[in-house]
Amino acid sequence: MSDILEVRELRAYYGQVQALHGIDLSLREGSVTTLLGANGAGKTTTLRSICNMVRFTGAIRFDGIELSTRSTERLVRLGIAHVPQGRGTFTRMTVEENLRLGAISRNDEKAVTGDIDRMYAHFPKLKERRSQQAGTLSGGEQQMLAVARALMLRPRLMLLDEPSFGLAPLIVRDLFAILARINREDKVTIMVVEQNAELALELASDAYVIETGRIVMSGPAAEIAGNEDIRKSYLGY
Amino acid sequence: MELLTNQILAGIATGSIYACMALSVVMIYQAIDHLNFAQGEMATFSAFVAWQLMQWGIPFWPCFVLTVIISFAAGVAIERGLFRPLAKASVLTNVAGFIALFAIVNSVTGMTWDYTIKEFPSPFGSSQFLRSELINSHQAGMIGVTSLLLAFLYCFLGFTKVGLAMRAAVSTPESAKLVGINVGWMVALGWGLASSIGAVAGMLIAPVVFLEPNMMGGILVYGFAGAVLGGLSSPAGAVLGGILVGVFENLIGTYVPGAGNELKLPIALALIILVLRFRPDGLFGRNVVERV
Repeated sequence: MSDILEVRELRAYYGQVQALHGIDLSLREGSVTTLLGANGAGKTTTLRSICNMVRFTGAIRFDGIELSTRSTERLVRLGIAHVPQGRGTFTRMTVEENLRLGAISRNDEKAVTGDIDRMYAHFPKLKERRSQQAGTLSGGEQQMLAVARALMLRPRLMLLDEPSFGLAPLIVRDLFAILARINREDKVTIMVVEQNAELALELASDAYVIETGRIVMSGPAAEIAGNEDIRKSYLGY
Repeated sequence: MELLTNQILAGIATGSIYACMALSVVMIYQAIDHLNFAQGEMATFSAFVAWQLMQWGIPFWPCFVLTVIISFAAGVAIERGLFRPLAKASVLTNVAGFIALFAIVNSVTGMTWDYTIKEFPSPFGSSQFLRSELINSHQAGMIGVTSLLLAFLYCFLGFTKVGLAMRAAVSTPESAKLVGINVGWMVALGWGLASSIGAVAGMLIAPVVFLEPNMMGGILVYGFAGAVLGGLSSPAGAVLGGILVGVFENLIGTYVPGAGNELKLPIALALIILVLRFRPDGLFGRNVVERV
């Protein structure tokens, strides 16, 4: 399998502060890759760099196309869906409008309507609440909505920033099962940033461990999960 | 009874102009979180453009449409040229920008067309509307045009893809970018629309107050009042707020002894402050419901 995303020598900055010190990553097409690490390690910054939302240097190539010169809204059109930290829900709009917004860069209106029905089939709760203000949904429902919104793009790559944050364990299980299905059935490459390492390693095929802006470990997810030293020193379980 | 109905209808007529100004103010406020002090001057400028086109012999309605288009383009140009570079600047820098815009547009208008009062024709005339004593045809026209404009905006924002993108861009810009919306252009579009709505208000009120470079000053104050009364977070609220201000103003002028023309504005504004004392977000301002 070829690499769909390649990150080389990524250094990111917030003002004068350097948050990433040369990150190298490769995502195989069709894989689920997880990026693990403690709070403040640079996980979110890595995702935000990919979508050109922070100042950075280095090369980021998606399917051979250099992303660093593209604005956020333009690189979305290549098929990169980013579910940001805090879910990025359009809280004052209805559930259905949120789904339509997910597909707003597409021009095939008929297929969009079909996809909305598909999402309702995936997530029956959303159908019940289709004309409700999205801000009134529960945390779990909002996370489902965020995933559904991202899928409305028909993405090739989906970036998820701590999807388990603030959710009850049972709901997190559901969510990860859905992500696995999306990966399998829709052939979407997924990169998921997580603090919940145990669960993320179950879902993922590849894993990277990041600490203070540097990759300290990478390899097949099973290998990382099986290494007690890594688990104890970096993943805390 | 007839006097009451008459005053209410007349209030709705001028109120619909305030509503347009309130709506313009709210559109820009929602997009960039600043009040555009120059909204009135921009509307005045637009009315002068229409007047000039008519002087060149173009009939009213083509002038009307042309002016709306020119104003739209001017609104976009102002956003691109002046306020986009200020987007990340401090509040005070922006306020200075708006004051500069106010002064520049006002002076350019005065310099180009001088300060003498000009007559601006009404396409509706000023006869009695449907042979009724209650309202004249220009007032009915103001209400009619405003209603059409609002219906158009409602459909545009509520049922079109661009309208949806625009609402998303102003309410949640970061997420809007992540679904592929060009937020910068949506803000510019908001400026264009606000400027066009202002132009309509200017052209409708010019036959009533006569055309001169400062004609919108007082009207913008009513527009602001309407926007704040209705709630700066709610376009529909701004419209209703504007109409309410128009009705208040007329009723107070008619029924409060000694108020007359001089005091009706202060009394109306005092009443609004009283309302805001109890509903700081305005009558229709949204209390955002959010669960975390």
